[in-house]
Amino acid sequence: MTLADYRKIRPEDLEAKEAETGAHAHPSALEYVQIGIVLAIVTAIEVGLYYLDISHNLLVVLLIGLSALKFSLVVLWFMHLRFDNRLFSQFFILGFLLALSVFMVAVATLHGKLV
Amino acid sequence: MEQAVVSGHQLETSTGLDNRKLLMWVFLASECLFFGSLIAAYLLYRDRSVQGPYPSDLFDIPFTSVSAFVLLMSSVSMVLALSSIQRGNRRGLQIWLFTTAVLGILFLSGQAYEFTVFHHEGLSLSRNMFGTTFFVLTGFHGAHVTVGVLILLSLFTMTLQGKITQEESLPIELAGLYWHFVDIVWIVIFTLIYLIQP
Amino acid sequence: MATAIGRQRSGLAEALRAAREAAADGRGIWSWLATVDHKRIGTLYGFTALFFFVLGGIEALLIRIQLARPESTILNADQYNRIFTMHGTTMVFLVVMPLSAAFFNLLVPLMIGARDVAFPRLNAFSYWTFLAGGLFLNASFFTGGNIFHGDLGAPDTGWFGYSTLTSTKFSHGHGVDFWVFGLQILGIASLAGGFNFIVTILNMRAPGMSLFRMPLFVWMALVTSFLIVFAMPVIAVALFELMFDRLFGALFFEPAAGGNPLLWQHMFWLFGHPEVYILILPAMGIVSEILPTFSRKPLFGYPFVVFSGVAIGFMSWGVWVHHMYTTGLGTVANAAFGVSTIMIGVPTGVKIFNWMATLWGGAIRLNTPLLFAVGFVGMFTIGGLSGITHSMVPSDYQQQDTYYVVAHFHYVLFGGAVFALFGGAYYWFPKFTGKLMNETLGQINFWTLLLGFNMTFFPMHMSGLLGMPRRIYTYSEGQGWDLWNLMSSVGAFIIAFSVAVFIVNLVLSIMRGQKSGADPWDGRTLEWSLPSPVPHYNFAEIPHVHARDDFWHRKYTEDEAGRPIPVVAGGSDGHEEPDGHGIHLPSPSYFPLLASVGFPVIATGLIYDYALVPVGAALLLVGLYGWAMEPATEEAL
Repeated sequence: MTLADYRKIRPEDLEAKEAETGAHAHPSALEYVQIGIVLAIVTAIEVGLYYLDISHNLLVVLLIGLSALKFSLVVLWFMHLRFDNRLFSQFFILGFLLALSVFMVAVATLHGKLV
Repeated sequence: MEQAVVSGHQLETSTGLDNRKLLMWVFLASECLFFGSLIAAYLLYRDRSVQGPYPSDLFDIPFTSVSAFVLLMSSVSMVLALSSIQRGNRRGLQIWLFTTAVLGILFLSGQAYEFTVFHHEGLSLSRNMFGTTFFVLTGFHGAHVTVGVLILLSLFTMTLQGKITQEESLPIELAGLYWHFVDIVWIVIFTLIYLIQP
Repeated sequence: MATAIGRQRSGLAEALRAAREAAADGRGIWSWLATVDHKRIGTLYGFTALFFFVLGGIEALLIRIQLARPESTILNADQYNRIFTMHGTTMVFLVVMPLSAAFFNLLVPLMIGARDVAFPRLNAFSYWTFLAGGLFLNASFFTGGNIFHGDLGAPDTGWFGYSTLTSTKFSHGHGVDFWVFGLQILGIASLAGGFNFIVTILNMRAPGMSLFRMPLFVWMALVTSFLIVFAMPVIAVALFELMFDRLFGALFFEPAAGGNPLLWQHMFWLFGHPEVYILILPAMGIVSEILPTFSRKPLFGYPFVVFSGVAIGFMSWGVWVHHMYTTGLGTVANAAFGVSTIMIGVPTGVKIFNWMATLWGGAIRLNTPLLFAVGFVGMFTIGGLSGITHSMVPSDYQQQDTYYVVAHFHYVLFGGAVFALFGGAYYWFPKFTGKLMNETLGQINFWTLLLGFNMTFFPMHMSGLLGMPRRIYTYSEGQGWDLWNLMSSVGAFIIAFSVAVFIVNLVLSIMRGQKSGADPWDGRTLEWSLPSPVPHYNFAEIPHVHARDDFWHRKYTEDEAGRPIPVVAGGSDGHEEPDGHGIHLPSPSYFPLLASVGFPVIATGLIYDYALVPVGAALLLVGLYGWAMEPATEEAL
């Protein structure tokens, strides 16, 4: 949807649409709890990996992957970005990517090790 | 009759999105830069400490894992609080909101305990790069959690006064966004700082 | 109207009630302290910034007096360092940024057809916090001992505060602490404004005003606001790190413990480079409004100018290391950033060509606003060219830390931003006062400023290339710098004269300027459709927008040759102007002011006596709570 399209949607229509599609506009309480359980399990896996005797680089890749998973679950479901207007996602991604890129460059120029 | 600028009852915005929710998301985007800077400083100085104690001397991974788990669960209770009031369940809102605040306080207690233990082991702001960057990064995170707890408790009080309704539940949603953000910052910190050590 | 005079009972409660009523009525000083009206807040920003401009200008004159001759002893080294630090800090943070904020405040709601900004109390909070920060920063002058004996307590480490000079080991006294806290407070003010304008511009446009029908000034305000909200957190962290080092013994920038002073430079310039675009984009927006009006042509290539502005916003994050070429980061970093810096000249060039094309073939009227706008284009181009020479690593190796750099940034920031801001002042003054500024005085202002400015800063290209370093309080004679410095100093006084002419013009015009009417310049954008001065509710009826430059199209259609033909009785809605009854506006509030007072109190406490910290925190919290709990609008106006 473009910004022009957002404007054309009147609030009354939005409410009506949400009333129709109800269930999949918001996850149910059960779904939230299920995500919570996944988060807990993933954390346990991360801690488990920490104690395993695997190479540092492998550990880093796995841990970053797993925390990215947790991060995404919270952002997309708990913070509702998956169901909300794209504009919110765009702002958040903009800030996140900007921070990620400029600081990786800065630390690299000072020969810092990121991981 | 013209619709005036009344932020509490925003009916017609150019994007159709509530002003306050838009504000909160832009704010969270900007907070990425704030925490990004602090994390970058930590990573830059990660193995530059000239003297100990070092992370491997001090980190108690099991303890911090529990703490991380507590914060994650507080995100669950937060979203359940929002979910409750969106279905008109005021009782549920109160219970889950209070639970979130309690879990937040539990997390903060864990942080306070950890800080105290580290301090007893000789770590301080001026001891080495680890002390400097660790305390400032996790300290600012803790300050954000504290503000979050204060907001949650204020909202809880408002729910007791009947001021939060199914139609006017935006404050809960906004508090939730802030709270989840603080949680995802901890997800990043827990991994990059605690689990990935030099 | 009951007042507290002559009453015995509960004087305080009575006074508060009277103050609240006066605020609601819009009269008296109380109404200004509690205002949430964007026009008043813009006015407050403008006059406060003007005051700091004079202060910063006096600091500049002191610098130029000291440097007029070699081996001068008017200022000693210590005083000189403090004066140039405050000059730079003041001009960037207390003049150009707040003047931009003033213009955003005054114009953005009007240009998009809104009655106010999205968060009026947050807006008030921005202003009061800015004032608190500016006063706090300048209070440092008095903390060095006896100011009348020339002991200045102001910070002395340059506007960019490089580490390790700012450490307690090398910078005694509290000057740097005032700088750190002052900038933090100012940062909060800027952030609040940035958030507010993003939401306002995205959410509060009149029906029919798509993003591509917005005035270009509003686009620049949007891009600038995004830059603010992403850049200010970085310097906030840098300042916190410096604060922790200085106050609590942290080691962020302590080399002996493993710290790296270059981290400061990275953080500062990660903020600093977007910051210079924060300083220039609003000015570019102003010029993009003035040129079309005084050419009687639309802005040439509007979409290109928009995309260039957005591109500049994005690219501004990719060039910061060009401030650090000489710090030894290595050839890879230098080369990469050299390329990115050259590239950022492209969108700027696109804008310059579009401005020139706007003027080309237009029916040009040489009023003062246009002169300043054209002056901007010329002076900014010169500054941009010297900037391009900086982008080349090898030439920057010679130019870094010389007066050539001083020439560059004054051409873009003074010849650029300040000229545009002057132009904007002349252009929009009638809208908010109902009077025109005096055109003769305006011409004198412009021409003497152009002369004085060039005489001051052009010679610095020469003295810089001849090797004169920055930030030295004096120099020996016979190095080939004497003539250039003398010229600069004479030029500075011509600038001072010009600014005085402006102030005289401002005061005289406010008092008895010629009546302007609603649309003295035959403008193109919505603000000119309103009466002058603007009623407090702005639009009696929110307009429905059908095109870019909607107001112009209501006034004119075009003949076959594309020339404007007036529409009979178009544009003027004004005969039976509805009077705005029944419009609910946000209520005034004292809480933003109260909250903002907390900041300098906390800062003072952290520097001098921790007992003050809870006091400041309490003020802040009470202010914030009161603000959060009070309704945004009370019933019935």
